[in-house]
Amino acid sequence: MTAPRRKSPYPSWFFVPAAVVYGTLFLLPTVASLWFSLTRWDLFTATYIGLDNFRQFFSEPFLVSSIGKTLIYAGLTSGLKTILGLLLAVLLVSPIIWRGMLRTIVFFPVLVSTVGVGITFTTMMHPTKGIINVLLESLGIDGPGWLTDPSLALFSVVLVDVWKGVGLATVIYMAGLVSISQDYYEASRIDGATRFQQFWRITLPLVWPATVTVVTLSLISGLRFFELIWAMTRGGPGFSSDVVASVIYKQYQAGFYGLATAGNVVLFSLIALLILPLTWWFNTREVEA
Amino acid sequence: MSRAQPPKRWRPIVVGLLTMAGFVVTFVVPFLFIFLQAVKDRRAANKLDFTWPDSWHLWENIVAVVQTRDYILLLAYFNSIVITVGAVTLLVIFASMVGYVLSRRRSRLNGFVMALVLAGLMIPPAVVPTIWVLQGLTLFKTIHGMILIQVAYGLSFSILLYRAFIAGIPRELDEAALIDGAKPWQIFFRVVLPLLRPVTVTNIVVQSIGIFNDFTNPLYYLPGRENVTVQLTLFNFQSQFSTQYNLLFTNILLITIPPLIVFIFFNRQIVAGMTAGAVKG
Repeated sequence: MTAPRRKSPYPSWFFVPAAVVYGTLFLLPTVASLWFSLTRWDLFTATYIGLDNFRQFFSEPFLVSSIGKTLIYAGLTSGLKTILGLLLAVLLVSPIIWRGMLRTIVFFPVLVSTVGVGITFTTMMHPTKGIINVLLESLGIDGPGWLTDPSLALFSVVLVDVWKGVGLATVIYMAGLVSISQDYYEASRIDGATRFQQFWRITLPLVWPATVTVVTLSLISGLRFFELIWAMTRGGPGFSSDVVASVIYKQYQAGFYGLATAGNVVLFSLIALLILPLTWWFNTREVEA
Repeated sequence: MSRAQPPKRWRPIVVGLLTMAGFVVTFVVPFLFIFLQAVKDRRAANKLDFTWPDSWHLWENIVAVVQTRDYILLLAYFNSIVITVGAVTLLVIFASMVGYVLSRRRSRLNGFVMALVLAGLMIPPAVVPTIWVLQGLTLFKTIHGMILIQVAYGLSFSILLYRAFIAGIPRELDEAALIDGAKPWQIFFRVVLPLLRPVTVTNIVVQSIGIFNDFTNPLYYLPGRENVTVQLTLFNFQSQFSTQYNLLFTNILLITIPPLIVFIFFNRQIVAGMTAGAVKG
C-alpha cells in the first residue's frame, strides 16, 4: 500500500514468534480443555465420559457453591475498588498538601507480593493476638474471628484484596480526572452548581471510560483470583471461602485432572458470560453519553 | 490539577492531614508491622503485637533466613531473576514486533489478531491442559518452560501498550528508511525500536514486577525444590516458620525489597503503563 512496487515493509512474519508461543502455550491448551473436560484423565490416557465432570461439578454442594462465592467475591472487590478508587482519586487530584506522597502510599501495595500481603494480614487478623482485634478490644469491641469464622472468612479476604488493589483503581481514575477540561467546572460554577452537582453531572459522566476500565479489570481479576485466598485461608474454614480457582487447584492436587479442567471451562464460561454483555453494555452507554 | 479555588486557606492543609492520618493507619501500619516483626527475636515476634522492639535482631534474622534449607532463598532469587529477565526480554521483542505491524498495516488479519490479544487478557489459562502441552514439549518443570509461559501470558498486555505507542510515531520515518533500501527487519530493529524506548521501559518495569511477584504459575508449572522461586519460598516457609514469625517476616521483607527499589526509580513509568488506555477507554 505505502510502497506499491515492493513487498510490504510490515511483513506478516513479525507475528510469528509471538504467535508460536501464544498459540502453543495458551490457545492450544484452551482449546484442548474443551475436550479434556469431557474425559477422565490422568495426563496420559483420557477416557471420554461425556458431561460427567460437569454433572459432578454441579451436584457437589462444595463445588457448586464455589461459583456463587466467586461471583460474590468478584462483585464485592470490583464494586469497592471502583467506588473507593473514584473517591480517593477525587481527593488526590484536589489541591491538598502531601499529594504526591499520598499518591505514592496508596499505590505501593499494588506492587507488593500478594502472598506476602496475605501472610501479613493473616497474622494481623489472628483472632486473639492479632493487632486488629487487640485494637478493637482496647476500644471495648469484641473482635470477630476474621479468618476462622466460616461466615466471615471470604469477606475478610475481600477487604485485603481491596486494600491491595484500590491503588490501581485510584491511579486509573486520576488519569481520567485530569483529562476532564476545567472549563466544564468553571462554566457550571458560574451557573451556580453545587459541588455535589458538579460531581454528579460533570465528573461522573466524563470519567466513564476510566470506570469501564476499572470495573472490567477488577471484575476479571476478581473472577480468576487465587493467590490471596490460598495464602490466607486455603479455601477454609471447611470450604467456606473456596472459589472456583481454588477448587481447580484442589482437584488438580488430588489428581482429578478431568474435573479440574471442567472447573476451568466453568470459570471461562463464567467470565465470558459476565464480561461480554458488560462490555457490550458499556459500549452502548458510551455512544449515548 | 487544581480544581475550584478552595474557599479557605487552611482547607488543603486540614484535608491533607486527615487523609495522611487515614493512610498511615490503613496503608503504612501493615508495612511497619512487617518491619517490626522482622527486627524482633523469636519470642518477641511470636506475640504478634505492634510494639517497638526491645532489641534489634534484623541482621541475625536475615542470616538465618538466607541459610535456611541450604541457602534455598539464594537459589530462589537466582531462578526468579533468570525467569524475569528471560521472559521480559522475549516479551519486549515479540510484543513490539506484533504491535508495530498491527499499528502500521491495515489488513483483515488485524481484527483477528486483536480478538486473540483481547482473549488473552480475559480467558483464564487452562492449567492442566497446559501442563499436558508442556510435558509433550519436555518443558514441564524447566526454567525455560516457565519463561515461555510468562511470555505467553504477558503478550496481550505488552502488545496493547506497544500498539498504542507506535500509533504516535510518524510513518515517514519507516518510509524514509525504506527508500534508503533498508529491509523490513532493519527498519524495525534499527529505526523504530530505538524510538520506542519510553514504552519499552514501561513494559520492562510493569512486566518484571508482575513476573517476579507471580505465585500461581510457578506453583503449577515449576514444581520441585531446585526450581523454587521467591514467592514459593515464602509459602514453603510459612509452615516451617509457623512458630518463627520473625524469620517469616524477614523473608517477606527480603522479597518486598526488589519491587520497592524498582518503584522508587520508575514510579512514573509504572503508573503510565498501568493507566494506559484508561482515558481512551
